[in-house]
Amino acid sequence: MSKQVVIPFGPQHPVLPEPLHLDLVLEDEKVVDAIPTIGYVHRGLEKLVEKREYPQYVYIAERICGICSFIHGMTYCQGIEGIMNLEIPKRADYLRTIWSEYSRMHSHLLWLGLFADAMGFESLFMNAWRLREHILDDLEATTGGRVIQGSCKVGGVRRDISSEKLDEMASGLDSMQGELHDLVNVFLRDSSVRHRLKGTGILSKDDAYLQGAVGPTIRASGHSYDTRKIGYAAYGDLSFEPVVASAGDSYARCEVRAKEMFTSIDIVKQAVKKIPDGPIDMKVTGAPDGEYFARSEQPRGEVIHYIKGNGTKFLARHRVRTPTLANITPLVTILKGCELADVPIIVLSIDPCIGCAER
Amino acid sequence: MGLFSMTKMVFRSVSRKPATLMYPVRPAKSAAAFRGRILIEPLKCIACRKCEKSCPTQAITVDVKVRTWQIDRLRCIICNCCVEDCPTNCLSTENIYTNPMTVREGIEIYTVPPKPERKKETVDNSKTEE
Repeated sequence: MSKQVVIPFGPQHPVLPEPLHLDLVLEDEKVVDAIPTIGYVHRGLEKLVEKREYPQYVYIAERICGICSFIHGMTYCQGIEGIMNLEIPKRADYLRTIWSEYSRMHSHLLWLGLFADAMGFESLFMNAWRLREHILDDLEATTGGRVIQGSCKVGGVRRDISSEKLDEMASGLDSMQGELHDLVNVFLRDSSVRHRLKGTGILSKDDAYLQGAVGPTIRASGHSYDTRKIGYAAYGDLSFEPVVASAGDSYARCEVRAKEMFTSIDIVKQAVKKIPDGPIDMKVTGAPDGEYFARSEQPRGEVIHYIKGNGTKFLARHRVRTPTLANITPLVTILKGCELADVPIIVLSIDPCIGCAER
Repeated sequence: MGLFSMTKMVFRSVSRKPATLMYPVRPAKSAAAFRGRILIEPLKCIACRKCEKSCPTQAITVDVKVRTWQIDRLRCIICNCCVEDCPTNCLSTENIYTNPMTVREGIEIYTVPPKPERKKETVDNSKTEE
């Protein structure tokens, strides 16, 4: 056995958008163990639930994460609506679905860009972000915010989208699809990208299940596990199939995310066709008394908001289990046995969002 | 198969205009619905304090006695709650950001017209004083 060396990786590292620290135990160039540390961006957002009224807390719930902000706010609202037994108007459900899918597309495009950047493919990174700009423009025009949308509230949504704008959004996505195909083509076909990704960081089907991986990480290992299938918001009315890959390596995780964007486009188009007319919100009176687990599918995987109300305007407890926290355990398993040079690619392949994981 | 996968994208990028704007020279694009900053028409304000209560970040302070409406631009998250709750529609959102600042300030104070009934009270007071 050769001598073991510990190399610190992060919290500041060119490949990491957010601070995650890993102590990598190396034997020569091989990683034999990885010890993760988080706790660099803890903000105590869950505690604020005792200081802000429950309708106002939506804006804090959204700020848990800067990328999947809309879905955090929506899941929190679903939790409150679950406790209070509110049936929100159908149109609000559809609008929530459309904005969720837009968030997913912009998050996946962001990730594809960062992933290309981690491989050293700068021009691909810029092309991915150029496409993301179209998605952000639509979000800005419909919600009023680019990354923090603030358009969800307890009992519905705060803004309506006119039918002309909905058609315009659907046709915009149609015209974007060609360019998106070209972009995804580079990620999936380019020989240098394939050479870099194929076979690095393999997570077996059993490991993915036993270690509780979620989102694209578990779907890339062959499990068809997608929380959208439980039918929250309007997903129950729309037909789609979760994207699944079987290899379990970094390439498979990239493939799942790349193909999910087309599923999202399809879901948005279906929702635009099916969206009913009617009110977008309902009057909410009283305060939540009880507890609820709200689940939804974020770009990174399943998020759980646990909410406990005590009959006052201030909630008793709010707890979030974010997808990144669930994916750190599989990450440690993947890292064991890989080469040091592959560590940045593997860490980025689970799409870590530490701001989310620590709140 | 995989060697020229990016060629199409490259040729398309060569033939089109840059995706970015030369920002200070050309103005930044922003949608009409974009929430940039909160504006107030002080003359319409009745100092009812509804905006103060609905503000999730406690950026708005209304002084009913001194008749001022105050906003801390650095606390404000432009969530639009105050605009939605305002009974006289004196608040609105503009799609331009607050100007950047080099020192930590940003508190803006507006004077609000006095309550209409107040005039009578002052008249009464002056009478009793006489």
